[in-house]
Amino acid sequence: MPIIQILAIAASLLFLLYIGRQIIKGKLREEYSFVWIFSTIVLLIFSFWRDGLEIVAHALGVYQAPNLVFTAAIFIILVYLLHLSKVASRLHQQNKTLSQELALLKEKVEKNSKETAN
Amino acid sequence: MDKIAVIIPAYNEETSIAAVVADVHKASKESGLHYWPVVVNDCSKDRTGQIIAALECTAIQLPINLGIGGAVQTGFKYALLNGYTHAVQVDGDGQHPPGELKKLYQKMKAEGIDVMIGSRFVEGEGRGFQSSLMRRLGINYFKRLNKLLVGVVVHDSTSGLRMHNAKALQVVGDYYPDEYPEPEAVILYVKNGLKIGEVQVEMLERQGGVSSIDGVRSVYFMAKVTMAVLFTFIRLTFR
Repeated sequence: MPIIQILAIAASLLFLLYIGRQIIKGKLREEYSFVWIFSTIVLLIFSFWRDGLEIVAHALGVYQAPNLVFTAAIFIILVYLLHLSKVASRLHQQNKTLSQELALLKEKVEKNSKETAN
Repeated sequence: MDKIAVIIPAYNEETSIAAVVADVHKASKESGLHYWPVVVNDCSKDRTGQIIAALECTAIQLPINLGIGGAVQTGFKYALLNGYTHAVQVDGDGQHPPGELKKLYQKMKAEGIDVMIGSRFVEGEGRGFQSSLMRRLGINYFKRLNKLLVGVVVHDSTSGLRMHNAKALQVVGDYYPDEYPEPEAVILYVKNGLKIGEVQVEMLERQGGVSSIDGVRSVYFMAKVTMAVLFTFIRLTFR
């Protein structure tokens, strides 16, 4: 087994382990971990099955196998970035509503405590 | 009697805010109308928060910076929750003289209008502060864009001096844009069946602070607001 293959397998396994740990520690929510687990498994499959990439590329009619990797990877990254932008937009909206409610409540509480003090 | 909340969004306005609040009280006495200043401190970095807490006004302190639209909307929500019949936005930098509010109120009551905009350009070249050429070009562009989309002419679509009645407050309390909200809000009003009016007012040059729109940011402003106007139009047309 060539060194690069061993390295690839080790790196993929370590990455998978790291994702698992983050979920267990509550630092990564499950819904965001799927895409990472899925991509790591794909990497792992192609690390073991060296001819796989050539076979899949040939079957899809791609002449240069690495081009398939780049095209697929960039596409998946773009889709995931869009998803993250959507998450950020939702958080922004929730943040805004929360701070407005908080400021209005704070005003009410302060007014009440002033009135009782008088 | 109608209760009118005067919403003053303030971001780093420590030099001018006390004068604006005092002007509101003075205008209330002079006009015999019930104005009450509601200052929304948009998480200022200077002493604005401490200053307004000691003034005779409602002081709303936002815990994070929301931008002008988010701050004004907080004021709209306050007005709705506290039984105000009207709410008007007056900038914290002293550009909008509260003495002019009576004109807005009287005209909107007389003509049954839901949103009354204080404008610098209704009667052609008005008096008072007229803004820079670049800004006027932008205002003209939004006038045409709004006319094209909803068929309503608002001469000064970037003017923040706007009085809303309770019906209009329901709409803007529910949704109001974050940044540069004024041109987009025009679409919002029309698409929700609100009647818009415009009345000539005199504005002053800012007394303190710096404009949020200059140079490179004006390009961003035009692009962002055009996008927002178009998407709001599409969203409300096909809902």
